[in-house]
Amino acid sequence: MLWNSFLLAFREIRRNVLRSFLTVLGIVIGVAAVIVMVFLGSGATIEVQRQIESLGSNLLIIRPGQRVGPAIISEARPFEVDDAVAIRDQIGGLVAVAPVSSQRMTAIVGNRNWATNVVGTENAYLTVRSWPLSAGREFSRTELSTGKAVCLVGATVQRELFGSSPPIGQRIRLNNIACQVIGLVEPKGQSSVGMDQDDIVIIPLRTIQRRVTGSQNISLIYATMRDSASTEEVKEAIATLLRERRRIAPWEQDDFMVTDLQEVSGLLTATTEILTALLGAVASVSLLVGGIGIMNIMLVSVTERTREIGIRLAIGAQEREVQTQFLVEAMVLSSLGGLIGIVLAIVSSLWLSQALKVPFVFDSGIVTLAFVFSAVVGVVFGYVPARRAAQLDPIEALRHE
Amino acid sequence: MTAVGRTDPPLIELVQVTKVYGSGAAAMHALRGIDITIEQGEFVAVMGPSGSGKSTTMNILGCLDTPTSGSYRFRGAEVGHLTRDERALLRRQYLGFVFQGYNLLSRTSAIENVELPLIYRREPASERHERARQALKAVGLIGWETHTPAELSGGQQQRVAIARALVTEPAVLLADEPTGNLDSARSREIMDLLTDLNRTRGITIIMITHEPDMAEYANRSIHFLDGLVESTVPGDGGR
Repeated sequence: MLWNSFLLAFREIRRNVLRSFLTVLGIVIGVAAVIVMVFLGSGATIEVQRQIESLGSNLLIIRPGQRVGPAIISEARPFEVDDAVAIRDQIGGLVAVAPVSSQRMTAIVGNRNWATNVVGTENAYLTVRSWPLSAGREFSRTELSTGKAVCLVGATVQRELFGSSPPIGQRIRLNNIACQVIGLVEPKGQSSVGMDQDDIVIIPLRTIQRRVTGSQNISLIYATMRDSASTEEVKEAIATLLRERRRIAPWEQDDFMVTDLQEVSGLLTATTEILTALLGAVASVSLLVGGIGIMNIMLVSVTERTREIGIRLAIGAQEREVQTQFLVEAMVLSSLGGLIGIVLAIVSSLWLSQALKVPFVFDSGIVTLAFVFSAVVGVVFGYVPARRAAQLDPIEALRHE
Repeated sequence: MTAVGRTDPPLIELVQVTKVYGSGAAAMHALRGIDITIEQGEFVAVMGPSGSGKSTTMNILGCLDTPTSGSYRFRGAEVGHLTRDERALLRRQYLGFVFQGYNLLSRTSAIENVELPLIYRREPASERHERARQALKAVGLIGWETHTPAELSGGQQQRVAIARALVTEPAVLLADEPTGNLDSARSREIMDLLTDLNRTRGITIIMITHEPDMAEYANRSIHFLDGLVESTVPGDGGR
């Protein structure tokens, strides 16, 4: 009988292809949306992890202020160059330490100008960020100690300011500083949070302190550890040193953060996972709406097919058989919708993952879940119409219209 | 549903059957106590003005409805108080219906319409198809199997409906004004077909009709008036 019901359901769907399709459109969109969200979310998570790993897992970022909320960092005194020097000289287990003072500035070459990120630092910056030069040379000792107007530029800045002409030896004007380009850093692409890392001009720390900020302050310190060093111990040592230097009483909390990339990675992964779950949840609401759509059309269908139901009852269909027919029809409809949704989701995820430059991750679990859910939606929302159909009085039904 | 009781019970026996719709002051007495006996192989016409109770009787005979009181014995077994599903099984097994408005499934081919009762009888697909073809052949519609009702004339649609009724080889064929929507030539064709089925296959036919011409085809006609059987008249169709 169940097989017969499937047969009848398929016949009914085939008889009314357009309406069947419109009926399940909600399910199609719902299933597709849920799957696409999960696929892209997983892809984004993997991409974030990959990028963070490419930064180097030994990197420590030391910055003033404490995280007091999801995206809020408390105000605190900035670091000074001496803090970085102290860390470099007194903490064991470190390979390189780079103080950074950065500023948004407008860079001008001839009649072209470009707002960019100007980073004042030392050669160690290139080491800690594992960022080799693609041309030219690093800063010399003299340039660093006297604060010469020289700079290294990123690929984006090079493209925007110089086009195709060779930049090395040219001058860039940053406010009142006329910097000579001495080197180019290799293209790095987007960061895990979507910033263009190649939109950068690197100048000696001294230069930015003297001629731009006018202070000894630095905004953050990068440090890389030896592979053999214990992250916890190094972080602890840095914290102790900084508390001392910043004269923090024992009962007070740190007013700075020492973050390793494992933490950043964990944080970003958690964020993308939450976002994925959230988007998936929003998308699954459309599955519910799709289910209501099916119930609506099935109710209309029962009314419309009252006479048909009367005929079936008259020639000997039992209540259960009519109910099964309509239930199976709703289930077949919604499962078909689910299948179409899955195909749609895979096609659009493939396309979107290329457009958004995240890896395509196929998660068979969510595909199965979405399919099963779509069938369940059919049964749940098909029940009321099916019950109504089964309980029709054959005499009344035959007299309908 | 086996025939029990007397060695040779009548096919259908209604004894003092009443049917009341509603209750109290609003009660409507559709049948006030009717007795009808129909033997195997008869062709009976049921006549009477509208509201006389003939449709109610047909519904009860067709097990679509139950009597308020009285007894309905089918092949000697009491069937007047079966449940909905039991009545459905009885219809499936022993009864065929032909309606005035044909009542075919629209957008469904002739052969699929004829196969429908066999689906509920769980016949295998190949068997179903063959028997539906045979039934369509019996009503002269070979070559029209894949046509939908919209592509068939009224007479052809009624033939499909008759094929659907007889594909299960029922004991009784209940026809409710089968020629009511047809012109006289088409009506005669349908009546000839029914008469033929009655004679060659021994199918008992009970037919409601308004037209005395059509009642002529039957062995006898039962006349209803005000919820009672007024008279029974032998017809020309008698053997």
